[in-house]
Amino acid sequence: MNSQGNSPGKRQARPLSPHLSIYRWPITMTLSILHRVTGVALSLGFLVLVAWFVAAANGADAHARFADLMQSFGGRTVLAILSFAFFFHLSNGIRHLAWDLGYGFEIPQANASSWVVIVSTIALTLLYWLVL
Amino acid sequence: MTDRRTPLARVLGSGSAKEGTDHWWRQRVSAVALLGLGIWFLISLAQLPGFGHDDVLQWISRPWSAVLLLLLIVSLAYHSDLGIQVVIEDYVHQPFLKIAALIVVRFLHLLLAAVSGFAILSIAFR
Repeated sequence: MNSQGNSPGKRQARPLSPHLSIYRWPITMTLSILHRVTGVALSLGFLVLVAWFVAAANGADAHARFADLMQSFGGRTVLAILSFAFFFHLSNGIRHLAWDLGYGFEIPQANASSWVVIVSTIALTLLYWLVL
Repeated sequence: MTDRRTPLARVLGSGSAKEGTDHWWRQRVSAVALLGLGIWFLISLAQLPGFGHDDVLQWISRPWSAVLLLLLIVSLAYHSDLGIQVVIEDYVHQPFLKIAALIVVRFLHLLLAAVSGFAILSIAFR
C-alpha cells in the first residue's frame, strides 16, 4: 500500500479489471462462449433428428420430402453447421471432462488445449465430410 | 476463515442451491454416454449405403441400431434439457418467466424423446 492511505474525498488510481489499455481477448473465452452456443445449436439439431425418425416412420412419401429438404442448399447448410457444432462440443466436452478430473488448469495449458480443440474441430469436420 | 455452516449442512454438502453437485454430475454422466453414442451415430450415418427410405428403415430396424438409437435419444434429450436449463437460469431472471420456461423446455424434451422413441420402435416392430 502507498503511504498516502485512504484520504477522504481524494480519488485513488486503482487498477481496472479488465485493464482496458492492455486488454487482450483470451482464446479460452471464445471457446467457453462457443461451447454454450454449439450446445444450444445441437439442442435445435435434436429437432432435425426427431423429424427424420418421424418422417421415416410415416412412410416413403414423408421420408422423401424430408430428404429433399435436407438435400437442398438450406438443408445442407444446416447439416454442415450441426456437424461443426457437434465436433466442437465433442472436442471441447472432452476438454471439460479433463478439467473435471483435475488436469489442464494452468493458463498456458488452457490456452494450448484451446488450440487443440479448434484444430481438432476443423479437422474432424473436414474429415467427416470429405473422407467418410 | 471460520466455517459457519452447521455440521449437518457440511455433511450433506448441498450448498446454497440445495442440490449439491447433482446437476453437474448428471450433466457429466450423460456427456460420457453421448461421447460414445454420438460417435457411433455419426459413423453409422457415414456407413449407410444411402439415405433412401429403404436403407434408412433397414438400418433403424436392426436390433443394435434400434437399441443404441433409443439410448442416444434418451441421453440427448436428458443432456440437452440440463444444458438449456442452465442457459435459462443464466439469462431469464423474472421468476415467473424463468419457471415457465424451465417447465416448457422440460416438457418439450420429454415430448421429443417420446415421439422419436415411438418412431424408432414403430420402425423396428413394423
